[in-house]
Amino acid sequence: MNTLTTIRRSPAGCFRTLLTGLPPLQTSPSSWINTLRAEEIDRLDMLTLPTKRDEDWRFTDISPLTKLTLAPVSNVTSLDVTDIEHFYIAEATTRQVFVDGVYAPHLSSAEASTEVLASNLPAALTTHAKLIEAHLGRHLSCDDNAFAALNTAVLDDAAVILVPRNVTLSEPVHLLFIATQKEVMNTPRCLVIAESGSEVTVIEDYVELSQPHSQEGAHLTNAATEIVLKDNARVNHIRVQREGSNAFHLANCAVSIGRSSHYQSVSVALGAQISRYNLNALLAEGAECTVDGLALIAANQLADTHTCIDHSQPHGVSRQLHKCIVGGSAHAVFNGRILVRQDAQHIDSVQSSRNLLLTSKAQIDTKPQLEIFADDVKCAHGATIGQLDHEEVFYLKSRGLSDNAARNLLTYAFATEIINRIPIASLKHQLEQRAFEQTRDQL
Amino acid sequence: MIYQDSNTILEVQGLRACVNGKEILKGLDFTVRSGEVHAIMGPNGSGKSTFAKVLAGHTAYEVTAGTAVFEGRNLFELAPEERARAGVFLGFQYPIEIPGVANSQFLRLTYNTLQAQRGKEELDPLEFDDFVREKMKMLDMSPDFLDRSVNEGFSGGEKKRNEILQMALLEPKLGILDETDSGLDIDALGIVANGVNQLANKDNATVLVTHYQRLLNYIVPDFVHVMDAGQIIKTGGKELALELENRGYDWVGTEYREAMTTV
Repeated sequence: MNTLTTIRRSPAGCFRTLLTGLPPLQTSPSSWINTLRAEEIDRLDMLTLPTKRDEDWRFTDISPLTKLTLAPVSNVTSLDVTDIEHFYIAEATTRQVFVDGVYAPHLSSAEASTEVLASNLPAALTTHAKLIEAHLGRHLSCDDNAFAALNTAVLDDAAVILVPRNVTLSEPVHLLFIATQKEVMNTPRCLVIAESGSEVTVIEDYVELSQPHSQEGAHLTNAATEIVLKDNARVNHIRVQREGSNAFHLANCAVSIGRSSHYQSVSVALGAQISRYNLNALLAEGAECTVDGLALIAANQLADTHTCIDHSQPHGVSRQLHKCIVGGSAHAVFNGRILVRQDAQHIDSVQSSRNLLLTSKAQIDTKPQLEIFADDVKCAHGATIGQLDHEEVFYLKSRGLSDNAARNLLTYAFATEIINRIPIASLKHQLEQRAFEQTRDQL
Repeated sequence: MIYQDSNTILEVQGLRACVNGKEILKGLDFTVRSGEVHAIMGPNGSGKSTFAKVLAGHTAYEVTAGTAVFEGRNLFELAPEERARAGVFLGFQYPIEIPGVANSQFLRLTYNTLQAQRGKEELDPLEFDDFVREKMKMLDMSPDFLDRSVNEGFSGGEKKRNEILQMALLEPKLGILDETDSGLDIDALGIVANGVNQLANKDNATVLVTHYQRLLNYIVPDFVHVMDAGQIIKTGGKELALELENRGYDWVGTEYREAMTTV
């Protein structure tokens, strides 16, 4: 039993503090939620905070997290529409807003269609308890993932989107998570279920709103998302992480892609001091996924993206393009695992990791990781790391652009290949602006 | 065209330049006055393109000796972008592709940058659109080229037209066109040459760097220079180009070396 004691004394203690500091969660009327929480609370006793000795965290040192004092969110920040409307995305008429992880009904908009359910968890449970029970917490693996376990351990509310059979929702749904308080942990949670033949676009958007006179300090966003595509469904998933420069952002996303379904995702990491995004996609027979990503960081930021595309059954197709643009003395990490299981024949998978270093102090670690157990598959992968091309810079300077302007334009161009894959014009425009601003002063 | 009262735009004297420690330009003299069209010809490796790039300020080339005065200013003290703003334009032999940046966006950015530098009015996207479409007509370019990424997927001829379009927008004092004719079919060559001719006036000057006499059927030069081993070894009128076409370059070199030994 000695070992267990040792583990208990290990840095996971910081979770304990968080959990004990928590006002006791109201017992959920759904007993299965209480069970789910209890399992993860128990699991947390067994788990430690990952260190660089863990293969999965080799390049990402999250020890600064242990130096933070983090409390659970106890006071709700009250915001008005005028405080947050600049975050709105014009095309998205359905919007759910969570402030520091707490649902803000007065900022959220009504459902766009009578057929599609987009609400928070308690409301969704009143009508769709069975469906939610079958999926919430069932796709995200917490086995060796302390942050996912922690999110579930305090699971109280969530953004829920349920798209019924054969329903296509043409407007995107905007899930807006606003961090306002320092020295807290907020635990956003999302559940998206696209029934057979349905189609939906979801924007998962993490922003920070600094309060006037707010104290210096950091917060932790510990997010978890589950997305379920039944057979022949389509989900466009856009994830934007644009928190403030002090934030810690740790996120887990599990996607289950049913037969002949198509999951298309673009994730963009711009903010946070340290961010980590784990995306696990499990593909059924004939399922397709496109998993694209962009990390655009500078100063002392660290952005880590770990993806796992799991071809568990035959005839799947996956495409992945991940780009990192790193300035200042920032550090980007990409680990792209493609798993083709033994029975998953006729898989067609292409992965590409392309990286741009803007300064001599910037750092990129990229690791394509193909694990193929089937023998009749088509898999390709490649990784490049480079700097801006001198000839390209000279071309632009010969047209009168300053060195900075030339480099910015080329950097922006590198970023837009990913941003252009976002099918929402106004968001695309916002991100392009951000890419321009972000690259402007970092050389 | 040669004008009586023209000003000197560019005066290069004794220019020597190296790339990676290897000397490419070995004492080059070259003078351009306003209104003139110059053709620089010569065999492969004679240093023609190097000369063009040195004038535009390419950092890979190190100027080790000589001077270049452009409109009264020491050209070599200016960064590439300052040269562009002062009125030097280099049309590239291999224009760079910039996927992700719309041609219209790029053209407007460069245009407005130079307008601002020259204290002139910048154009908003709508104004610029009208303005650039007019210029594109001259080059028989479809407006589709505005929406496409800069040079991405353009054919050789389309890229060169896009270069001349930039020259038309930026209105340089000195346009240096590096192998603008390479990779062009006869129709594209006619269109590009027509564009260059329309842009030429008594206040600016054009330098054509080319292998072949063919381009000079369309753009008639006032002076033809033969470059060999990093020097200009012969200068003549437009008839020199025809002679080169008939006789090749060797005789010029022989003549030059004989002259040098006699001296």
